[in-house]
Amino acid sequence: MLEVGNINSFYGKAHVLRDLSFDVPKGAVVALLGRNGAGKSTTMKSVMQIVRTASGLVRFEGQEISNLPPHKIAKLGIGYVPEDRRVFSDLTVVENLIVGFQPPREGSVTWTQDILFDLFPNLAERRNNRGKALSGGEQQMLTIARTLMGNPSLVLLDEPSEGVAPVIVEQMAQVITQLKSEGLTVLLSEQNLHFARAVADHAVIIESGARVYYGTLAELNANPDIRDAYLAA
Amino acid sequence: MGAVLETSGLTRNFGAIMAVDDVSFELRSGELLALIGPNGAGKSTCFNMLMGQLKPTKGRVKLGGEDITGLSPRQVWRKGVGRTFQITSTYSSMTVVENVQMSLLSHHGEILRFLPYATRQYREEALSLLALVNMADQADRHCAVLAYGDLKRMELAIALAHDPKVLLMDEPTAGMAPKERVALMKLTADIVRRKGVSVLFTEHDMDVVFAHSHRIMVLNRGALIAEGTAEDIRNNTTVREVYLGGGTIFADQGGAAHA
Amino acid sequence: MEFFVAQILTGLANASSLFLVACGLSLIFGVTRIVNFAHGSLYMIGAYTGYSLMQVLPGAVGFWGAIVVAGLVVGLVGLLIEILVLRPVYRAPELFQLVATFGVILVIQDLALMIWGPEDLLGPRAPGLRGVVRIMGEPIPKYDIALLIITPFVAVALWYLITKTRLGVLVRAATQDREMVGALGVNQSWLFTGVFALGSALAGLGGALQLPKGGADLLMDFNILAPVFVVVVIGGMGSLPGAYLAAIIISVLNVFGVSYLPQSTLVLMFVVMIVVLMIRPYGLFGREEVAGEHGQVGEPERPIKPASNTVRMVVAAGLLVLALLPLYGSHFSLVLITDVLIFCLFAASLHFLLGTGGLVSFGHAAYYGGGAYVAALLVTHVDSQMELAFLLAPFGAGLAALSIGWVCLRLTGVYFAMLTLAFAQLIWSLVFQWGDFTGGDDGLVNIWPAQWLKDTTVYFYFTLVIATSGILILRHVAHSPFGYALRAARDSERQAEATGIDTRKVRLLAFGFAGFMGGLAGALFVFSKGSVFPNELEIARSFDALIVVFLGGVKTLAGGVVGAGFFKGIEELLIRFEYWRLLMGLLIIFVVIAAPDGVVGSLRKGMERVGLRRVEDQ
Repeated sequence: MLEVGNINSFYGKAHVLRDLSFDVPKGAVVALLGRNGAGKSTTMKSVMQIVRTASGLVRFEGQEISNLPPHKIAKLGIGYVPEDRRVFSDLTVVENLIVGFQPPREGSVTWTQDILFDLFPNLAERRNNRGKALSGGEQQMLTIARTLMGNPSLVLLDEPSEGVAPVIVEQMAQVITQLKSEGLTVLLSEQNLHFARAVADHAVIIESGARVYYGTLAELNANPDIRDAYLAA
Repeated sequence: MGAVLETSGLTRNFGAIMAVDDVSFELRSGELLALIGPNGAGKSTCFNMLMGQLKPTKGRVKLGGEDITGLSPRQVWRKGVGRTFQITSTYSSMTVVENVQMSLLSHHGEILRFLPYATRQYREEALSLLALVNMADQADRHCAVLAYGDLKRMELAIALAHDPKVLLMDEPTAGMAPKERVALMKLTADIVRRKGVSVLFTEHDMDVVFAHSHRIMVLNRGALIAEGTAEDIRNNTTVREVYLGGGTIFADQGGAAHA
Repeated sequence: MEFFVAQILTGLANASSLFLVACGLSLIFGVTRIVNFAHGSLYMIGAYTGYSLMQVLPGAVGFWGAIVVAGLVVGLVGLLIEILVLRPVYRAPELFQLVATFGVILVIQDLALMIWGPEDLLGPRAPGLRGVVRIMGEPIPKYDIALLIITPFVAVALWYLITKTRLGVLVRAATQDREMVGALGVNQSWLFTGVFALGSALAGLGGALQLPKGGADLLMDFNILAPVFVVVVIGGMGSLPGAYLAAIIISVLNVFGVSYLPQSTLVLMFVVMIVVLMIRPYGLFGREEVAGEHGQVGEPERPIKPASNTVRMVVAAGLLVLALLPLYGSHFSLVLITDVLIFCLFAASLHFLLGTGGLVSFGHAAYYGGGAYVAALLVTHVDSQMELAFLLAPFGAGLAALSIGWVCLRLTGVYFAMLTLAFAQLIWSLVFQWGDFTGGDDGLVNIWPAQWLKDTTVYFYFTLVIATSGILILRHVAHSPFGYALRAARDSERQAEATGIDTRKVRLLAFGFAGFMGGLAGALFVFSKGSVFPNELEIARSFDALIVVFLGGVKTLAGGVVGAGFFKGIEELLIRFEYWRLLMGLLIIFVVIAAPDGVVGSLRKGMERVGLRRVEDQ
C-alpha cells in the first residue's frame, strides 16, 4: 500500500534520512523502531511531504506522491498523527474534529463524530472543551480521532505512546488493534519495543536515518541480537 | 580529584510538574560525565539550570566552590562555563573563523568597540582554536555552507574560546552520521585530556556514551536513579527497565523509578 | 449625563467602519501572516465604488445595495491582489510581502485618481435617514443610529461565520497551525485567497458604510491606516473580539477627546496603544508571537568583508563624478542630488537597523523628521545658530530612539514593528496637534542655513560630505566588533547570550545609533528646504525608507544606499508624469516578484550565474 524507496531528507544541513526504503503492506501494522533521533518522525513527515524529500520515491497505492503538497496527500487517504499532538488548542474538541473532516472514501471505513466518541469516551465527555484544557492523553486521542475524521486508509501514528501515562498507552494499543480490525493500515513509530510488540506485525528499525532491519516482529523476537544491537544497549 | 561543578538538591517544578527533583551530583576535574535518560526525564531542564537559562526552585549550583545559582547565562559563561547546543546555534552570516572570533571578542570585553575591523581581531587565536578541532583549513568558509558535522566542531571551538573550566554539551552528536559521531567524541575526549576541561554531556547514542564517558548518570522523571561506570549502568536493572529496555510497557514506570 | 450618553453613542457609531476595516486586517494577518499595508487602499476603493454605485442606483434599496455591492467588488479586488501579487511571494522572507502590498497602495492611488479625479467626493446622505433624533435631548444623527444597529449585526454575522461554520473553524485552525491544517487535507492556498478576499470585502464595506459621515478622498487610505493598526494591535493581531473591543475603545475615547482634550485626540490613541502593549505585550486578546515560528524562509546572509581596493576605487570615482556635478549639472540637478543623498543617508540608517540588526522598524521617520524638528525648533524658539542646531539635531533624534527603543525592544517581530510605528505616530500627532510650539500643520518655516552655506552649490557640497561620511560610518560600524555583535544577536540570540554578549544592550545601542544617523539626515533635510512639516514624520515617510531598503536588498550591505539612490532617482524622473505612482507601484511589485533578494542581491546572483563574479564557496 505504501512504498518508500531510497528517500533522503534534510533538516537544514543535517542529513536525517539516508536512502531509507521499506514497504507497508495493506492491512498491516508496521512499527518504525529506533532510538530517539534516529529519524522516525522525519520518516513520517517525509511520507506526508511536510519535510520535502530530497530524493527517492514515495508511492501510495501505486501513485507517486513525493511531488504532491501535504493537503493532496491527505486527500488521497493518508492520515497523519503528529508526535507533538498539535491539537488546535483554541478550538473545541468538536471543532478539532471538524477540521479533520473529509468526505467518505470508497473502500475504507467511514468515521463519524458519534462513532469516534464511542471509541474515545473521554473525548465525548469533553466535546465542548477547548484543546488546551485537555490532558496529554486526551489530546493524544483527539489527534487520532481528528485524523480518522478524514476517513484515511493508511494512518501514520508518530510515537503514540510518547509522554502519556501507562494507562493511556494501554488504550492506545487497544485503539490500534481496533483500527487494524476495521481494515486500516497503520504505520507507527515507536521507541518502546514492548508497545510495538503488542500491536505490530512488521518492524522497520532505523538507526541514524538508515534502515538496519526490516522483517516481521516474530522474526525480530527470534533474533535477540538485532534487538539488542539497535534497540536496547 | 576535586569537584569542578557541583549541584546539591537541584529542583525545578513547572506548576505541579516536577521537572527536576532533588538532583545532586559532582563533575570532577578532567572528567567526561554523561547524563542519560528517556525523553522528558529532565535533562534539558537540568542543563538550563546549570547554564542559568532557568532558575532552580530549590538547590544550589557551585562552580569550583563558588555559588553560581541564579546567575544569568552571560554571568555563568564569564565564570568559565562553556556550552554547545543540541541543534547547532551559529552565526550563519559569518565565516567559520569569525564565529570563533565573536566569542573571543566577547571574552576580551571588546563587544562595544566601534573602530577596529572585527574580522582582524584575535584572528590568530581563533585559528589556533580551529586547529584544535581540525577545522583550520575551513576557517574562511561561510559557515552556512558547512556540513553538519563540521558545524558541530566549529561550535566546539566557539565553546572553548574563553578557556572554560567546564563544558556542557547538549546531545553533541545528534543529527550526525555514525562515523562522525565517533570522531567528534574522540576529539572531545582528546581536548578534555589536553586542556584539562571537564565535560558534562547528554546523549541518546549509547555507543557514544559507553565508549567515551568516564562516568554515567541516569535521570528518570526528574530524579537521578543510577550513577556509575558503563558496566554498572549496563547491568542496572532499573535503568534497563526505564531506559535501555527490558521491562514491560504496562509496568508503572514511576514505581520502577523508586525501586 | 445626557451629553455623556450621546458621546458614547457617537463613539459607538464611529467604531462601526473602523471595526470592519480592522477585523479584515486582523483576519488576513491571522491566517496569512501578511501585514497588509494596502488595507487602507481597499477601504478607499470601497468608499469610491460605493459612491459611484449610489449615483446610479436609486432610493434606499439602491443606497444599501450599493454598500453591499461595494463590499463585493472590493472582495474581488482583494482576490485579484492575492492571486497576482501575493501568491508569487509567499515563499519570500517574512515581511517582504509587505513591500508588495506597498506597491499595491501606489497603484490603487493612481487608479482612483484616474477614475474618480482629484476632488474630494461628498458622501450622499442615506435616503430616509437624514436629520437627527433626540435622545435625552441630545441630537444624534439618524444615520449614526442606523450604524449602531447595523454593526452588531455584521459583527454577529462574522462571529457566526468564524465560530459556527466549517470555513470559520478552518480559518481559526490555520491561524494556530497552518502546516497541520494542510496535513489534514485542507488546501491552504485557497484558504489564504478566501480569507484575503473576505478581509478585503470587509474593508470595502467599511469604506462604503462611512460615506454619509465622511465621503471619499484620495488621502483616506493612509489616514485610516494608523487607527486601524492601532485597533488591531490593541485587540491582539488575529483576534476579532479584540478588534471589536479596541475599535470601540478608540472611537469612544476619540469622541471624548474631541470634547475635552481637543488638542490631543490623536496623541490619546497612541498613548492608549502604548499603555496596552506595556501591560499586555500581545494585545488584549492576542497570542504570543514566537520569532521565526512561522518559518523565516530565505537563505542566510553572506559574510561581509571590508571593501576591496577595486570597490574603494569605484566608490571614489563615483564620488568624484558627484563632486564635479556643479561643473556640468544644472541648478536643478544639484537640488535633486542633494535630495537623493539625504534620502540615501536616511535609508542607510534604517538599513543598519533592519539588515545588520534584524530589527524591523516601521517608524523610522520619527528620527528623520525628529532630527529635522529638533533643528527647526531650536532655530525658531531659541534663535539658535544653524551650526549648533545642526549639531544637536542628531543627538536629539538619537536620544528619542534610545528611549523608544528601550520600550520597543521588549517585543519582537511584528509587535516590535507595530510598536515602533505607534511611537512614530505618537511623535507625529504631538507635532501635528501642539500647534503653538511646533507650528502644527503649518510646519516651521524660515529655517535657513548659515550665511556661508546659503548657496545651493555650497550646500550641495556640505550634504555630499556629511551624507557620505554618515553612510561610510554606518558601513564601518557594521564591520566593527559592535556591528558583528549586532549580527550575532540577529543570527543566533541564543549563542550570543551563551557567549556573554548582552544582546539587549547591543540592540538598544544600535537603535539609538540608527536614530542618530536618521536625525542627521533630517537635519540636512530641514536646512536644505528651509522648512519642515509634519509629513516628514508620517507613516508614509517611514514606509519610503522601508521600501527602498527591502528593494535594494536587506541582506547586502549596500542594499540601503543603492535602493535609495535607485528608487529615489527613478521617482524623481517619474514624478513628472501625471500617473507616476502607478508606474512606481508596478515597478515595486515587479521587483518584489522578479528579484526577491533585492536589487543588489539579485544583481550579485545574476553576475555569479553568468560568471562575472566569482561564486564564493558553494
